[in-house]
Amino acid sequence: MVGIVSYGVYVPRWRLKAEEIARVWGQAADVYKNGLMIAEKSVPSLDEDTVTMSVEAARNCLKRAIRISPKKIGAIYIGSESHPYAVKPTASIVAEAIEATPSLTAVDMEFACKAGTAGIQACMGLVKAGYIEYGMAVGSDTAQSKPSDALEYSAAAGAAAYLVGNEGVIAEIEGTYSYTKDVPDFWRRDGERYPRHAGRFTGDPAYFDQVVNCANGLMRQLHTSPDDYDYLVLHMPNGKFPLRAARILGFTEDKILPSLVVTEIGNSYSASSLIGLAAILDKAKKGDRILLTSYGSGAGSDAFSLAVTDRIQEVQALAPSVRHYIANKEYVDYALYSRFRGQFRGSND
Amino acid sequence: MAMLGVASHWRRYRELYTLKGSRCAKCGQAFFPVRRICPNCRREGRIEPLPFSGRGSIYTYTVIRTPPEGFEDYIPYVVALVQLEEGPLVTSQVVDCAPSDVFIGMPVETCFRKIRAQNREGIIIYGFKFRPRDSQVKQQ
Amino acid sequence: MNGSDGLRRRVAIVGIGSTTFGEHWDKGLRDLALEASLKAVEEAGIKGKEIESFYVGNMSGGMFLGQEHVAALVADFLGLKPAPAVRVEAACASGGVALRQGYISVASGLYDLVAVGGVEKMTDVQGSLAATALAGAMDTEWEAYFGATFPGIYAMMAHRYMHNYGLSREALAEVAVKNHFHGSFNPQAHFKNRITVDDVIGSPLVADPLRVYDCCPMSDGAACLLLAPLEEARKYTDTPIIVEACSQASDSLSLFDRGDICTLEATREAAGQAFSQAKISPREVDVLEVHDCFTIAELLALEDLGFCRKGEAASLYKEGQTYFGGRLPVNTDGGLKAGGHAVGATGIKQAIELVKQLRGDAGGRQVKGAEIGLAHNVGGSGATAVVTILRRGG
Repeated sequence: MVGIVSYGVYVPRWRLKAEEIARVWGQAADVYKNGLMIAEKSVPSLDEDTVTMSVEAARNCLKRAIRISPKKIGAIYIGSESHPYAVKPTASIVAEAIEATPSLTAVDMEFACKAGTAGIQACMGLVKAGYIEYGMAVGSDTAQSKPSDALEYSAAAGAAAYLVGNEGVIAEIEGTYSYTKDVPDFWRRDGERYPRHAGRFTGDPAYFDQVVNCANGLMRQLHTSPDDYDYLVLHMPNGKFPLRAARILGFTEDKILPSLVVTEIGNSYSASSLIGLAAILDKAKKGDRILLTSYGSGAGSDAFSLAVTDRIQEVQALAPSVRHYIANKEYVDYALYSRFRGQFRGSND
Repeated sequence: MAMLGVASHWRRYRELYTLKGSRCAKCGQAFFPVRRICPNCRREGRIEPLPFSGRGSIYTYTVIRTPPEGFEDYIPYVVALVQLEEGPLVTSQVVDCAPSDVFIGMPVETCFRKIRAQNREGIIIYGFKFRPRDSQVKQQ
Repeated sequence: MNGSDGLRRRVAIVGIGSTTFGEHWDKGLRDLALEASLKAVEEAGIKGKEIESFYVGNMSGGMFLGQEHVAALVADFLGLKPAPAVRVEAACASGGVALRQGYISVASGLYDLVAVGGVEKMTDVQGSLAATALAGAMDTEWEAYFGATFPGIYAMMAHRYMHNYGLSREALAEVAVKNHFHGSFNPQAHFKNRITVDDVIGSPLVADPLRVYDCCPMSDGAACLLLAPLEEARKYTDTPIIVEACSQASDSLSLFDRGDICTLEATREAAGQAFSQAKISPREVDVLEVHDCFTIAELLALEDLGFCRKGEAASLYKEGQTYFGGRLPVNTDGGLKAGGHAVGATGIKQAIELVKQLRGDAGGRQVKGAEIGLAHNVGGSGATAVVTILRRGG
């Protein structure tokens, strides 16, 4: 059965605290910290971007893919909304850096924060149809936010890479279901530096409509219910939305809390739900069942039902865990953050 | 440095992206970057490819405060000679730590980073840098 | 392999001329070359047409001025075409290597009078572009590429040296203090101000541990020598200075490929050959001009030339030994640090200071009774080294 063979993540080392953002803009830190349930967010260094983080995550993924040569990867999809080039694929650079070239297909994907999970579905198709032996999907983003906008408290950076295959899987993908509608909740026009969002409209008509209907749609298809699952992993624009969605879906809080990494590293967009999933895989055991539902503004959701196999124990310790990356941190102040994010006029980036 | 065309960067992707060097099978010396002729054995040598593990330690270093063109945004940054565990010395930047944290003998490992961009319009050049190895969890 | 056996006759310096080294906003490359050359020609009492060939050291007319073909340009502007003119480039050793090429051409018997010079015009471009041009002395693909600068390379050597031998920040500063003191006696020096150890240590960091006062400046300047066979020297001068040896060696371009990054093998090799050809030992040298592009470089030079053991050069700076009144005067014109570093001209300037000392013309900084001088010119971080030994003629 098609499933996940291996996984790897990367989160940059630097953190910006909510208090520091609030200090600069004269806002009340607690309002944002509690309202969003985000204490601090990850910040990429000046020499990091979607490409570099994808390579780090992909390399970690390969550390867990024991005895699998990168030459056997037949497809690489990099999902992001912060590809460094408007034209020039991230995927070919990653493919070269992990030595998967030249016999593979490589494509960049875009669908706000669900571009990574879309890549997993693409891999599933090629693997199941027998066109490729392994496919890699990566979600990676260095999220941008307009200074002083509320988004600044959550827009973070990270990457997660998943290797999909038919044999030796650590988690079977029992099924996948997607939900798509045209919803203008969050966008960025070409040439514009920062995205815009529609405030409270991003809630019920967007995130909740998608995530709830998508997760329910998959459970209907598979004849499963929340009780069948040990873990729920959702896209995390903040800490509050996924908790509320879990309640609506009928999941108890203890099933979603273990993956709620947003509270400590913020929203890494295309990597968000995939890093959450990795946090679960880091501790999962045979027989655990996971329901994953991503969300991308614009809008769409991809849901997956996963059943962990006994192979999971062989690979968990072979690469740094999500916990390791969360704990491996150093704080920056707002000035250094602005430098790293290229927010000064005249910076070469 | 001179604004070179893209081919000169592309030629070196193997070395920049994956730290692949070479070794002379006759005298055993490892080289990075790749040498096509062994400086010891010359035509009697036998050069073969050698991928490096990426692990090493800092042999010496400096902190650049007066940057060359294209690196202005990065100052102050650490440039070091890293001794790879296979032997050769490599010139590279050391990142993910403060300059004051660096010391001669510090164990490091490679990471994949932006080296430079050719202005806003040109290509971005990626490659290896080094970071502290097995970074400990920092005490809060 | 190299030795006086292979050469046919002894060579002498019969004329010298140089400009001040500094920021010459009002003079271009042609003006500087002309000024230095005319002084040499006038001193030697010749018309100019007697010069049979030119060897011109110039590191980068191309990057500083967009001008290549510099040697032909100089010959043209001196009105001395059709004499053949060769531009010699070995980064900061361009001048020394030009000197050696001229020396070989006279010693071999091919020519009876050649002009050897160096010129660099560095201040017509922004400092950052000048620094980029100088970075060409390094391995651009595998050193400069990652953001290393020229001071950064020497800073790494300094750091390791301090680690290996316990050199203190203060001891390193003494080199700059001495060279500025010497510069204050040299009307042609780029810097004539005296400084203290505190001035050095308090100056801004350039590349840790090197500070502004550890680094030589960028200078405009030109210098010229006339070489003739010794047996004909009296036609031009009453004080011929014999070129007893002019040896050169190479080493890896990059610092990372050296055997020991605190040793310049090219210096050791060239020095060994020069002392052997001149049939003298370091003890007999009365005055030295060494390549102090950075303070650390002067310490390494004294060790690699054989004047003390590796790691011990700092001890030579105690009790004024390396000052012009001491037992081993080093860089009496201020060296590169205070004298200035017009890159292509430096190797020639060094020889000119030795000539002045050996003639007894060094004014307030005269080393009494100087008979033998040694000049040491380095390219990049040590890929080229030229060692020249001069002796006062009879």
